[in-house]
Amino acid sequence: MQVDEATVRRIARLARIRITDEEAKALEGELSGILAWVEQLDEVNTDNVPPMTRVADMKLKKRADEVTDGEKADDIIANAPMTEDHYFVVPKVVE
Amino acid sequence: MTDLTKLTLAEARDGLVAKKFSATELTQAFIKAIDAANPHLNAYVLMTPEHALAQAKTSDERLAKGEARPLEGLPIGNKDLFCTYGIRTTACSRILDDFKPRYEATVGQNLWDAGAVMLGKLNNDEFAMGSSNETSAFGPVVNPWRRTRGGKVDNTKLVPGGSSGGSSAAVSANLCLGATATDTGGSIRQPAALTGTVGIKPTYGRCSRWGIVAFASSLDQAGPIAKTVRDSAIMLRHMAGYDPKDSTCVDMPVPDYEAEVARGVKGLRVGVPKEYRVDGMSAEVDALWQKGIAWLKDAGATIHDISLPHTKYALPAYYIVAPAECSSNLARYDGVRYGLRVPGKDLIDTYEATREAGFGKEVKRRVLIGTYVLSAGYYDAYYLKAQKVRTLIKRDFDNAWSDVDVVLTPTTPSPAFGFGEKAGDPIAMYLEDIFTVTVNMAGLPGISVPAGLSGEGTPMGLQLIGKPFDEGTLFRAAQVIENAAGRFPVPSKWWA
Repeated sequence: MQVDEATVRRIARLARIRITDEEAKALEGELSGILAWVEQLDEVNTDNVPPMTRVADMKLKKRADEVTDGEKADDIIANAPMTEDHYFVVPKVVE
Repeated sequence: MTDLTKLTLAEARDGLVAKKFSATELTQAFIKAIDAANPHLNAYVLMTPEHALAQAKTSDERLAKGEARPLEGLPIGNKDLFCTYGIRTTACSRILDDFKPRYEATVGQNLWDAGAVMLGKLNNDEFAMGSSNETSAFGPVVNPWRRTRGGKVDNTKLVPGGSSGGSSAAVSANLCLGATATDTGGSIRQPAALTGTVGIKPTYGRCSRWGIVAFASSLDQAGPIAKTVRDSAIMLRHMAGYDPKDSTCVDMPVPDYEAEVARGVKGLRVGVPKEYRVDGMSAEVDALWQKGIAWLKDAGATIHDISLPHTKYALPAYYIVAPAECSSNLARYDGVRYGLRVPGKDLIDTYEATREAGFGKEVKRRVLIGTYVLSAGYYDAYYLKAQKVRTLIKRDFDNAWSDVDVVLTPTTPSPAFGFGEKAGDPIAMYLEDIFTVTVNMAGLPGISVPAGLSGEGTPMGLQLIGKPFDEGTLFRAAQVIENAAGRFPVPSKWWA
């Protein structure tokens, strides 16, 4: 799979990572190389093979529907770059 | 007094109980060793001597009262991927900045509850993405081992492997008795092999992942790096265990692994997979493998040729699954709730600027690949396909288990390499994990045990792969190899 520069830019936008023109060019080659390398998986017949979901058969545990955690707003905002009255502050989203 | 830092974890434990020295003396010896070595090796990204001495004091009090817990007073290093309450945790990425978690990872908590002492946080590849520790925002770690060429020591700096390069270097340089580590594609076993230490990745689900910075959630697993097989068995027992906070963590009793190490391998069926004899494998790696076969045979095991036909597809499938899961996991770094924030003109601009400044090159590369393979229209062709290939890789092993109890392979295709030698080509670096990554894909336990020296005088390891939740058999077989090969202490403390 050949990835062109426009695709690199589109992916970077989806991933919310700003990239420079230089990086976009370098990534074009690197991503194409890696994607070409993983294409060898096409050789493997996976018809009727289920995707792997677990190592050993086990039932996912259920827990009781009760409140076991909470009341820790101070902890939750302790590392935030910008806060106000227990809220995270972000640039204006809605005009 | 003898150099306390040279003791194994088991020897230190026994010495503390016999009151030959105190936990405080032991901890001070390590703090001194770290102060001298770290400017040269860069194994620790944060030293916490006050925290360690406070824990050691508590340990001395308990030892005096005869109330010692299983790891009482034993100083260990903690990979910077494990969240530590009130102590900076960065995953060695700029994007976590000065993050001080308000919670403790379950694996860490288990160790502290067992009495262990934390010396500090250990360096690793950024978000555990790398095989040489060169992607760390804190700079690379230097392998305590150096090459010998033509009878002369070569001063070229070698990598300690990755991603747990701080863990492997610290253990081999006697800067802790043992270390926590994590393994997504080989990040415990490969660094252990490159430094002459023992590293075990347990079965997926054996250790809780809660509080460990996530990379690829269906592959990540915690385990120890230690000086000996016995030490790794002691550590794993006190790291593992059921945790309701991780729904993939299994509710099974954790055996007394230390009791397993002396049980030997009489009658054990050892499989040797032909697919691991890859093109370009060096003659010395092959010779090491043959030696391992002979040692296990001499100890009473039987050797069987087996086939794991999908082996060659494990690495390419891994480089779909791991980046896909990493791109999802790393979406949380948005500059809003914790970590770095680079202000932009609006919210999206803030996200993009923060992530541009916060993530390193390899992390960006993997997030972008992951975003690509998960983007509209590609999910089935890439991620779903890779997960199906994973089932086939696991079936290969399921078939093998009817004939053998354990599988023996080399850990890495070559010994430690120099700084920058593989940094230019991502795929060359990815090939470091060619023998280890199948184990993560199938969710199985794997241990690397040092088995010999390369022609350059640097260590090489052998890997044993086991059935799900059969770590005990790995310790038995690994101990036989350790008995035959001997231990591999670093020949020169050149940094002191």
